[in-house]
Amino acid sequence: MNEIEPVVAEGAHSSSSGAEGAQTSPRIAEGAQAWPRADHSTEPACGRAPMGLLAELTYRCPLQCPYCSNPLEMDKPSTELSTAEWQRVFKEAAELGILQLHLSGGEPTARKDLEELVKTASQSGMYTNLITAGVLLTKDRLKALQDAGLDHLQLSIQDVDEANAEKISAYKGGLAKKRELCGWMHALGMPLTVNAPIHRANIENLPAIVEFAVAMGANRLEVAHVQYYAWALKNRAALMPTREQMMKTVEIVDAAKEKYKGIMVFDFVVPDYYASRPKPCMGGWGRGSMNITPSGRVLPCHAAESIPGLEFDNVRNKSLSDIWLTGQAFEKYRGTSWMKEPCRSCDRREIDWGGCRCQAMMMTGDPTNVDPACGLSPRHAEFVALATAESHVTTPPPFVYRRLGGTVG
Amino acid sequence: MTTPTPRTRAIAVAEAKPALPRHIKLRHDAGRGRWIILAPERVFEPDDTAVEVLKLCDGERTVHDIAAQLAKDYNAPIMEIEGDIVQMVQDLADKGVLRL
Ligand code: SF4
Ligand code: SF4
Repeated sequence: MNEIEPVVAEGAHSSSSGAEGAQTSPRIAEGAQAWPRADHSTEPACGRAPMGLLAELTYRCPLQCPYCSNPLEMDKPSTELSTAEWQRVFKEAAELGILQLHLSGGEPTARKDLEELVKTASQSGMYTNLITAGVLLTKDRLKALQDAGLDHLQLSIQDVDEANAEKISAYKGGLAKKRELCGWMHALGMPLTVNAPIHRANIENLPAIVEFAVAMGANRLEVAHVQYYAWALKNRAALMPTREQMMKTVEIVDAAKEKYKGIMVFDFVVPDYYASRPKPCMGGWGRGSMNITPSGRVLPCHAAESIPGLEFDNVRNKSLSDIWLTGQAFEKYRGTSWMKEPCRSCDRREIDWGGCRCQAMMMTGDPTNVDPACGLSPRHAEFVALATAESHVTTPPPFVYRRLGGTVG
Repeated sequence: MTTPTPRTRAIAVAEAKPALPRHIKLRHDAGRGRWIILAPERVFEPDDTAVEVLKLCDGERTVHDIAAQLAKDYNAPIMEIEGDIVQMVQDLADKGVLRL
């Protein structure tokens, strides 16, 4: 059985840009078959129709995580799409073929109309996933969301050490609220994913984080090494783990996968600073998913606004299908025709799609260059050296906290 | 403090009664003309055989019942089919797509 989606939602909390699970999973029931079997040659039809939509409902959030994937310049609350506008967008999304809707932010539960939005999305047939830090939810609200058709909830945690979690999020009492929320989830029979962004300041607690997720009854745990865009890029020197620390997390996750087989599913996102080939960012530009900002701009990925020369359409002025099919920002880096060497003639060009355009932009000033995370990039060694140097500084710089309307720490 | 849930791996046997948990959805995707399984952060594309099995996973039929049904439909030896289904059900249970 094939898995056909870039698997991990690009939620603000998850800071991830695609997980290892994106490869084809082993087909079920291997072996000799006397009874009819399908031929598996069917090409996943994600070529022109998107499958996933990340709706950033608001940038408001009571937490201030220094790795937040929201942009440094955030849309003001007064510019947020209205209930009716989001509802229209969700109907258009379902018609366009989108199967999975990730409701994210900021903190999506800061929207008072969340129940209504979930209801519309769910009635249009999409799988609804709420990506939340969980601290604003009450039991009644959770029940109301379940009644509205919410399929799944992904809870981000900052750490399982309370003091450290408070330091990372600049928010008091969050962990206790998350535990309480997990209890309600369990009582309501709702499926739970715990998402743990991993970085220098919590990486040593990974074993305890795994045990926390098991104890909370999570069905899935995302161990998501922070991806260095937006706030995380600004805080890279405070967040980057060493290669040794990173390798250790691979071992921990592998052992935990074995130990909790059939009990908890793992997703593992590695930092590409220490990889030799890049990840297929977003499963390929304009191939399978899109993001909508609180004020309605439609982006091929989170960090796309950091790339000059792209024009972003707004759902207020155009239909979602028009934007997806013909929008300049989507067309610009879709497919492979924009590529230069070494990607152009590389046999991985339709596997990783040349990696991340934003990272190429950041490192080389030209988004059409190969992602520096790729070993074939002339800038790769420099890219790795950057991470290595920062991760070995004995006293990392203080966090620059994520704040609306200002980047002053 | 939440009480830790007792958690064990479900093992697929012929007597197991597999079912899709509420948060896993087997849907026909009309736009793309195929069946899909919607799961948290994942979309699976089951092959035709898997779809036939999944449609019978109602929490009442056992793996054995499902095998018997399909053996009849496909005019194939039940032993072979049952083995395949046990394997498939185990795989899907480990992925969190089926509960037993
Ligand atoms: S500040 Fe933290 S909790 Fe809030 S949206 Fe960003 S990552 Fe999520
Ligand atoms: S050269 Fe380009 S296409 Fe080839 S592996 Fe590197 S990023 Fe991917």
